[in-house]
Amino acid sequence: MAVKTASGEPALPPGRAPVMARFWGWINKRLPAQEFIDTQLTGYYAPKNFNIWYFFGSLAGVVLVLQLVTGIFLTMFYKVGEATSFDSVEYIMREVDYGWLIRYLHSTGASAFFVVVYLHMFRAFLYGSYKKPRELLWLFGMAVYLALMAEAFMGYVLPWGNMSFWGAQVIVNLFGTIPGIGPGLVEWIRGDYGIADATLSRFFALHVAAIPLALLLLVALHLVALRQTGSNNPDGIEIKDKLGADGRPLDGIPFHPYYTVKDVVGIGLFLVVLALIVFFVPTLGGLFLESPNFEPANPLSTPEHIAPVWYFTPYYAILRAVPDQRMGALLMLLAVAAFLFVPWLDRSPVRSMRYKGWMSRVALALFAFSFVALGYLGLQPAEGLYVLLARIFAVIYFAFFVLMPVYTSLERTRPVPARVTYHAH
Amino acid sequence: MADHAGVADDEVDLSRRKFLTRATIATGAVGAAFAAVPFIESWSPSERARAQGVPTELDLSKVDEGQMTTVVWRRSPIYVVHRSADMVKRVAGHNDQLKDPDSRSSDQPDYCKNPLRSRTPEFMVMIGTCTHLGCLPKQRFAEGELYPNWPGGFFCPCHGSRFDLAGRVFDGSPASVNLRIPPYSYPKPTSLIIGVDEKGSA
Amino acid sequence: MRTERPRPRPPALAVLAALCGLLAGTAMAADEPAAKEASAEAAPKVGEDWQSWQPNTNVTDLASVQRGARNFVSYCLGCHSLKYERWSRVGTDLAIPPELLQKDLIPPGDKATQYILTSMPAEDAVTWFGKVPPDLTLMLRARGRAYVYQFLRTFYVDPTRQTGVNNLRLPTTAMPHVLSELEGLKAAVFKPAAAAAGTEASEAPPLDHFEQIAPGRLSAAEYDAFVKDTVNFLDYVSEPTQAARRSLGVWVVLFLLVFTWLAWLVKREYWKDVH
Repeated sequence: MAVKTASGEPALPPGRAPVMARFWGWINKRLPAQEFIDTQLTGYYAPKNFNIWYFFGSLAGVVLVLQLVTGIFLTMFYKVGEATSFDSVEYIMREVDYGWLIRYLHSTGASAFFVVVYLHMFRAFLYGSYKKPRELLWLFGMAVYLALMAEAFMGYVLPWGNMSFWGAQVIVNLFGTIPGIGPGLVEWIRGDYGIADATLSRFFALHVAAIPLALLLLVALHLVALRQTGSNNPDGIEIKDKLGADGRPLDGIPFHPYYTVKDVVGIGLFLVVLALIVFFVPTLGGLFLESPNFEPANPLSTPEHIAPVWYFTPYYAILRAVPDQRMGALLMLLAVAAFLFVPWLDRSPVRSMRYKGWMSRVALALFAFSFVALGYLGLQPAEGLYVLLARIFAVIYFAFFVLMPVYTSLERTRPVPARVTYHAH
Repeated sequence: MADHAGVADDEVDLSRRKFLTRATIATGAVGAAFAAVPFIESWSPSERARAQGVPTELDLSKVDEGQMTTVVWRRSPIYVVHRSADMVKRVAGHNDQLKDPDSRSSDQPDYCKNPLRSRTPEFMVMIGTCTHLGCLPKQRFAEGELYPNWPGGFFCPCHGSRFDLAGRVFDGSPASVNLRIPPYSYPKPTSLIIGVDEKGSA
Repeated sequence: MRTERPRPRPPALAVLAALCGLLAGTAMAADEPAAKEASAEAAPKVGEDWQSWQPNTNVTDLASVQRGARNFVSYCLGCHSLKYERWSRVGTDLAIPPELLQKDLIPPGDKATQYILTSMPAEDAVTWFGKVPPDLTLMLRARGRAYVYQFLRTFYVDPTRQTGVNNLRLPTTAMPHVLSELEGLKAAVFKPAAAAAGTEASEAPPLDHFEQIAPGRLSAAEYDAFVKDTVNFLDYVSEPTQAARRSLGVWVVLFLLVFTWLAWLVKREYWKDVH
């Protein structure tokens, strides 16, 4: 940074400076701490018209920290192994001081992570945050999402309840649908002829070490890419296009203090909701912690209704809606992969839903509804009307992506304003 | 912005801003401190550890005169020595060679703060970890076993600390206090319970 | 004590129900399902709605959970363990003094710090019942309160079973009706085949009503209260920290609300700069 702030240490004569300022100067000779603050916080200009949808990025960061801290503590008491996993979770829940709290924070945090990430992704759809020049930002975000799914799945296996076991059985068997190498691959993943101690142990290693490291790296890349392009905003216009005399965006405000103080409010609200669940309904009626998982893994008895945790059920419903094993698995994979292509499927000249045409709006509304509906259907037994509805919603789901180049280029968009829309309160 | 005298209501009031910021940071710090409690508490001995740390009972009739047995209480070896009349006699007479002959700075229940450091002369009960660095002193009960005027006692193989038959440390040992004594009592004359005394369970 | 107001009902029945409540040492009389039970006694169709029976227990009702603990020790511990729960934990959480705990609940020879384990050897269980009776520590969390409640109340005489009884909630259960000395024996009268049309074979047969064919030591209302207490105890055992969880939660949420309010005030102050 060329411009030093008024509080910049170099202005003070050496020897006379207050102790803190001298210490700060000592640090900055060796580490670019002040430069980081100047360029990334007080000197990072974000659009001033962020709305409630812009809370979920920082919230995802908060949940990540929560999961890391609670996860590290759970690792201190959890004992991986066919014979010990289930017992050690009950040991945490009953005999470790506040173990129940740490465990509920972690299990609720897992679901909260997906709530926050799904809302964060919906925001991107709403305001076209994936569009040029933010394609890589979007792709890193999607990579975070994929890593998160792997992390959540393997974490779900660790308590070694009956749902853990059968969930692992079903998901691992999906790899068996790959032509040719499938059966061999499944055996390799399990390390045994069924889901067993070997499977549990390798999932543990991946869950507590490998995937978290990958997650942290991907999140870092996501943030670096964000700093490179700058944040999008509800109007979907570039604030960098309109600079003031000082070279700052006219519609930008320093991230710190304005968005730090705002994000703290969002974090507070989020923690209230999290605490309500953790302390009063930690299982959330079987949605966050499923009741069959309070029975130990039993390879001889499948739970009556076997469904993954809610955040996977949209894809699970698509899998079950297809009456062919291989096609079902393929469509499920495509349903996840479809997100990767969105930056190139959207041909609209504008980013934000505010200025897109009615077709885009209807398409997104239908897609969002289908996603939630599929999520609901994935929790229901795969029979009768449920399967039919799942098929209908699966078609809408894919139509949203496949037809995107068509409706985004056909529809008439509205003129985009030169400056962001913001009303001071 | 620096001088806010006379500004309208909805304009910037820097002192209010500063106050609110400090109040929020203070509240957040209190919250963070409380949030740390469960994590810190989770490290303290769990219900299982506490259940395993309950008093240990020992049938004294199984410890022959002149012999020692070791039982475990709270993950520590507890030495129980059945002192013969001769061994009891050998506790006395060498106070001048001891660092803390009257157990003033040593760790024991009040009822063991006596020359024999025990509730009854026959049975000596103590925590068998050296007060120097935690090794297990070996029994050297025979007179003269270590050197000519050795009255019998314990010898720590790690750093050479020496203790007499009441667990009192000899001059020239790296350990500076006597062997520690756990709370204990005799529910019956022939049975010993470690971890319980008149004051209740430890 | 429950504070719900009793539903209007015939005075004689109310007196009877109140007496039963007193006998069982409970306040069940004011409880709604008890009223249902009582009025069902008057009508011939007892049990037609068994699938909607709810225990409506309250795990903070310490007296009820204590009675449930006694019930468990007397009737369940012979075969079932609570292998994740220690006796001492029951004592502390249910405010049972150590001497009483040792005298009344803990089997002779067991220590308070031990887990609650049945003395029945697993091999014998297999010989007698064909399987090892399940551990009950987490049964409530795995199956729900209503499941256990309905299970314990829908045993009926079935001569085709080795145990002489069958169960509506868990058909062909290997468990004998150990509570029959309390409840007596019931016969199940099923609906005629025509009414059963449309139900799948896997479902429990549609019951028309239960018929009491042998009396037990307890009246229907007393037995219901007995089962509720037992379910309530198992509810406590399934998550012993739940009371602490809720009471701590209130303070955490209140604190977070204050913090959020302060943070919002700060945000409002700073955003006055933004026009």
